[in-house]
Amino acid sequence: MSESAYPIAIFFAAIFTNNILLSNYLGMCSFLSVSRELKTSLGLGVAVIFVMTSTSMLNWVVYYKILQPLGLEYLRFIVFIIVIAAFVQLVEMIIERVSEVLYAALGIFLPLITVNCAILGVSLFMVIREYSFVESITFGLGSGIGWFLAIMAMAGIRQKLKRARIPHGLEGAGITLIITGMMALAFMGFSGMLQIN
Amino acid sequence: MFSALIISVGAVSGISAFLAILMVIADATIANYGEVKITINGDHEYEVRGGKPLLGTLMEQEIFIPSACGGRGSCGLCKVTVKEGAGQYLPTELPWLSEEEQQNNVRLSCQLKVKNDMQIEIPEELFNVKEFQSKVTKVRDLTHDIKEVTLEVVDPPDISMVPGQFVQLRIPEYELTDEPVYRAYSVASNPSDTKHVELEIRLVPNGIATTYVHNYMKEGDEVIFNGPYGDFFLRETEREIVCIAGGSGMAPIKSILLSMAEKGINRRTRYFFGARSKKDLFLVEEMRRLEQELPNFEFIPALSNPEEEDEWQGETGLITDVVAKHMESGENTEAYLCGSPGMIDACVKVLSDKGVPDELTYYDKFG
Repeated sequence: MSESAYPIAIFFAAIFTNNILLSNYLGMCSFLSVSRELKTSLGLGVAVIFVMTSTSMLNWVVYYKILQPLGLEYLRFIVFIIVIAAFVQLVEMIIERVSEVLYAALGIFLPLITVNCAILGVSLFMVIREYSFVESITFGLGSGIGWFLAIMAMAGIRQKLKRARIPHGLEGAGITLIITGMMALAFMGFSGMLQIN
Repeated sequence: MFSALIISVGAVSGISAFLAILMVIADATIANYGEVKITINGDHEYEVRGGKPLLGTLMEQEIFIPSACGGRGSCGLCKVTVKEGAGQYLPTELPWLSEEEQQNNVRLSCQLKVKNDMQIEIPEELFNVKEFQSKVTKVRDLTHDIKEVTLEVVDPPDISMVPGQFVQLRIPEYELTDEPVYRAYSVASNPSDTKHVELEIRLVPNGIATTYVHNYMKEGDEVIFNGPYGDFFLRETEREIVCIAGGSGMAPIKSILLSMAEKGINRRTRYFFGARSKKDLFLVEEMRRLEQELPNFEFIPALSNPEEEDEWQGETGLITDVVAKHMESGENTEAYLCGSPGMIDACVKVLSDKGVPDELTYYDKFG
């Protein structure tokens, strides 16, 4: 594969073969609690796409321009978290000020995302896999879209589940986790189509 | 070694400080909505700082909207009608509001932020609602499952209410709950005593608040409650009065009767009290004493399942049958009911059949 096509491969791999939710099981808490309805899942999903892409960019800059030159790579966990939290907070304030419609649709989910482990996961994978700046952007965007697709699929299934008869003990999180497992199995069908490190 | 330490501490502090400054600036500029004006019920105006949820903003002005969860959007109680200045419904409000409420601009005040001038409407009585610090001065058993709790109000030092109203008692975090909860209880004491509030609380198996009161609360404890609430109080008319209660539904009726005795209101009054057996009956002597003070007052307890050792001479049977037996025409009567929803529904029907006007039948339903 040529060097210039690699970011695109990362993009698709992040959506399908290495879906951050279904292959790494990251971002589970909001996935389980917000996937009850399609409309709210849509809002959360879009917010995740936005935050993942922008924080992977920001954290790339912070890591390679500040932490690495100073030899402080080991501080990346704490620094990434601070950057994500501050960024999300700031974006929420701005959205609330600028657009009421956008705030009602998106802004309300931003505080939920601050503590979403998938966001931190993307920044950490980006470092471990030694992605370039462009690759990090496509990786962040791809992971966000992958998470978005997964939660939309789950919300669709859960709306059908409302009319299904589920054993009492499995209602709620139980059946959702089983379905997530099945979805992960289905997504495994994609593996091998794209090889990334 | 030393320089590495300085660099790492410096780098983290530097980044944090930079972001913190950014946040402070953003808070002062982007999130600063300045002074805004909230107009309540058209005639009360408040100058407040914008940017915070309506519930908390009103609380700073000492207006307490009933809320059980404390503003986390999980109880759906803090509803307020916002005529102007609210903007769009948020996804966090919608699960709590019916279609009709949405058409009437009812909002969840803990989710809605104050960003510009607002016109809101709240029940007038809420202006009188305050939060009280109090001390438990007495806890005693009325029956095997009903306790009487006496609270002395400390701050503010006096409570002003009308007989029949209720307060919301705050139950702190303990074994059964990991957040404070609020539960409504009618006041049983005479409101002319502005220093004390007396509650009658029946133990509900696994009930968060009732278990706390029965098993944990002791004399000397500090307790927080807010109130008074409710439009269950004695109307000033010349009509005859019928009161019907069961269990801890005794409380507001007792408060009304004590107040009548004090003021010398000698309207014809009959009080039907339903219990299973003698061990569920309480405050009978106090009621008999009231019969002495109020010549036109009659206390009629009825047992549905008297035990043999009770040697019960009084009325037996369902409270509805006893009421039906004693009442003649109810056209000149108004009725005050307090008890379980099932009992109230059944009694409302009997009273209606007897000719008591539906709009003059007042009740507090406690589920």
